[in-house]
Amino acid sequence: MYLSTVSRPVADQPDAGPRRRRFAVVSGNVVALGTVSLITDVSAEMVAAVLPLYLVLGLHLSPVAFGVLDGVHTGATALLRVVGGFAADRWRRRKLVAGVGYALSAVAKLGLLLAGRSIPAIGAVIAVDRLGKGVRSAPRDALITLSAPPEALGRAFGVHRAMDSVGAFLGPLAAFAVLLVVGQSYDAVFVTSFCVAALAVVVLVLFVRERPDGEPAAGGTADGADDPKVSVREAFGLLHGGPARRLVLAAAMLGLATIGDGFVYLLLQRRMDLGLRWFPLLAVGTSLAYLVLAALLGVLADRIGRLPVVIGGYTALGATYLLLAGPVDGWPLIVLALTLYGAFYAATDGVLIALAGPVLPARLRTTGIALVQTGQALAYLVSSVLFGLAWQSWGPENAIRAAALAVAGVLVGTLLLLASPSRLTTRRVPR
Amino acid sequence: MTAMSTRAKLAVVVTSAVLLGAVAAGYAATAAEAPRTPPPAGGEQPVTLAPGPRLLAITDRHVSTVATTDPAGPRTVAGLECLRVYAAAGTGVCLKPETAWSYQVVVLDATLRQTRAVSVPGLPNRARVSASGRMVSWTTFVGGDSYTSSGFSTRTGILDTRTGVTVASLEEFAITRDGRGYRNPDVNYWGVTFTADDNRFYATMATGGRRYLVRGDLAARTVETLKENVECPSLSPDGTRLAFKEAVDADPAKGWRLSVLDLGSMRVTATAETRSVDDQAAWLDGGKLAYTLRRDDGQPDVWGVPADGSGTATLMIPGAESPSPLT
Repeated sequence: MYLSTVSRPVADQPDAGPRRRRFAVVSGNVVALGTVSLITDVSAEMVAAVLPLYLVLGLHLSPVAFGVLDGVHTGATALLRVVGGFAADRWRRRKLVAGVGYALSAVAKLGLLLAGRSIPAIGAVIAVDRLGKGVRSAPRDALITLSAPPEALGRAFGVHRAMDSVGAFLGPLAAFAVLLVVGQSYDAVFVTSFCVAALAVVVLVLFVRERPDGEPAAGGTADGADDPKVSVREAFGLLHGGPARRLVLAAAMLGLATIGDGFVYLLLQRRMDLGLRWFPLLAVGTSLAYLVLAALLGVLADRIGRLPVVIGGYTALGATYLLLAGPVDGWPLIVLALTLYGAFYAATDGVLIALAGPVLPARLRTTGIALVQTGQALAYLVSSVLFGLAWQSWGPENAIRAAALAVAGVLVGTLLLLASPSRLTTRRVPR
Repeated sequence: MTAMSTRAKLAVVVTSAVLLGAVAAGYAATAAEAPRTPPPAGGEQPVTLAPGPRLLAITDRHVSTVATTDPAGPRTVAGLECLRVYAAAGTGVCLKPETAWSYQVVVLDATLRQTRAVSVPGLPNRARVSASGRMVSWTTFVGGDSYTSSGFSTRTGILDTRTGVTVASLEEFAITRDGRGYRNPDVNYWGVTFTADDNRFYATMATGGRRYLVRGDLAARTVETLKENVECPSLSPDGTRLAFKEAVDADPAKGWRLSVLDLGSMRVTATAETRSVDDQAAWLDGGKLAYTLRRDDGQPDVWGVPADGSGTATLMIPGAESPSPLT
């Protein structure tokens, strides 16, 4: 179904009318972007799967020395994400900026070959890779919001995120396949990963369209192409008031509710006394739930409204935290907790941007989405540090109860901030 | 971009995929490792872990021994594949590949027969046996599950070969830091060395960006911090000194200086080895340390240096790693 849509990218135009829309799942541009994300995730997860092996057994480096600059990287990525978003809006080149992000990550794969055993060089290559990831996500999501009618955005993001996570599943398999064929040559994995990433850039260049509604570039006015260029002042204006500021605030608040996968899995492992070898499978379980639920919850968000689904997602997060401190034990605990945790991601990751998209003016949409994502990322950094401190002073059980309480507080705050604009912008799918 | 038919675009994508696939396959074909030639079966004598004037080490991922008096001389290599090895009193520990992606801790008797095996998560890093041969310890690196997004964490386990009791990870132990109770989910341990009573041990504990020497009590399941910036301790045969790696300026990114801590006076003496040593040193006797150093291309050599700061470092076993005296 998706492939046939790829071959006819013009098939679904937003103004094609409700009759057409019922047949096409999502627009060609969304499928194109999903395909790019799928291929890129194969490439990224290939490297992620073998990087520890490469550093420890291939290079004999002491990996504890890594990760020291983590906070610095996160901060720099956050800043560049907003700068990239602004550039995309100012020159109306979202596709170009996203393409630069994808290309940076592709080149980073080759950089691993050149870095050799130098720890600073490897650190720099990993930083470039993450930079690419940071730069591309906002313009990509902005393109998705411009590629689907506002009432079908949830579905568009759901399909995109589901395709993305399929790639994340295939990546490690691809890496192991390469290693099986060539022996312990990690270089071959990096070169293959680069080739896969380069293919994604080719697909992006050919199939993703800057103006998805099909209007000619010169006369297009759908996203205000004839208006004066976006200024820095105007971009900052997003934060000065109105629905955009409330959105960024809400995103940051929601970010404060997340303590991070590492802590969730660690608590689960402690509760279960789970063999340490099975630890990595916890992430696989969550991804599976996410993959299955992303499109479904996206469609649901279009039907009943995005805010209710986001609220439901954070309720699932709170329930996950309570489970980690609660009475359920054994396999029911694992299945329930991972399903709820995957549902949290499925109900919030794309849906939040689907909620944000229509509220942000089209000419500042990339900047706005970058601000929302950055607010969330920085708040998450703070909350994971705070949770670490809470664990130190109160112990893990009380810390996770406090986190559940924080989720409840954040939900009330989010409802107060967003309830009214959501009512204005969320439309139901016409029957 | 000028309008390009969908058919043309698909043709470009397919062509790119074929070309890129050819690049990847071509690279893989040239990079594929020649099948590893199994090391020669050795001389007439098989490798044994029985105490004697020999050194145990790993040669090309296989267990091997050399004469203590002529470490660079003839080498006996066994067919057993290990990434780390250590032995004492006829008991050996080997961190061994189980599948291409997983490793196990294997306890060996003096004839290299496997007596126990424990599957462990992550990648082999350190291995130790207590002087009596009773206690076995290991450290592995685990990536991808740490609490920050990219960091690695370590897992350190201990096995009592007499009772079979296994501590899968020291992270369960209660911590006293600078005299007060302490807990933190970011705690990591590595590099255990046992004392003569087979209950107390020393190890490295890292938390909040600092690395501490800790003294642990296995029966009580506790550890307490003794000193900062002491990693990979290795207790001298008389139990009075710890060889360790000391991060230069307390910053592991600047490398490590191989040093010795006197447990009585808590004074640190740097050895004559000035290159960065990332290893848990082994005491060959009361006065000399052996450790692995890597060349620029990653190939290992075993070096030796006096423990009292005198003399110079000397190359002992070329092309080998993970040294252990057979005591």
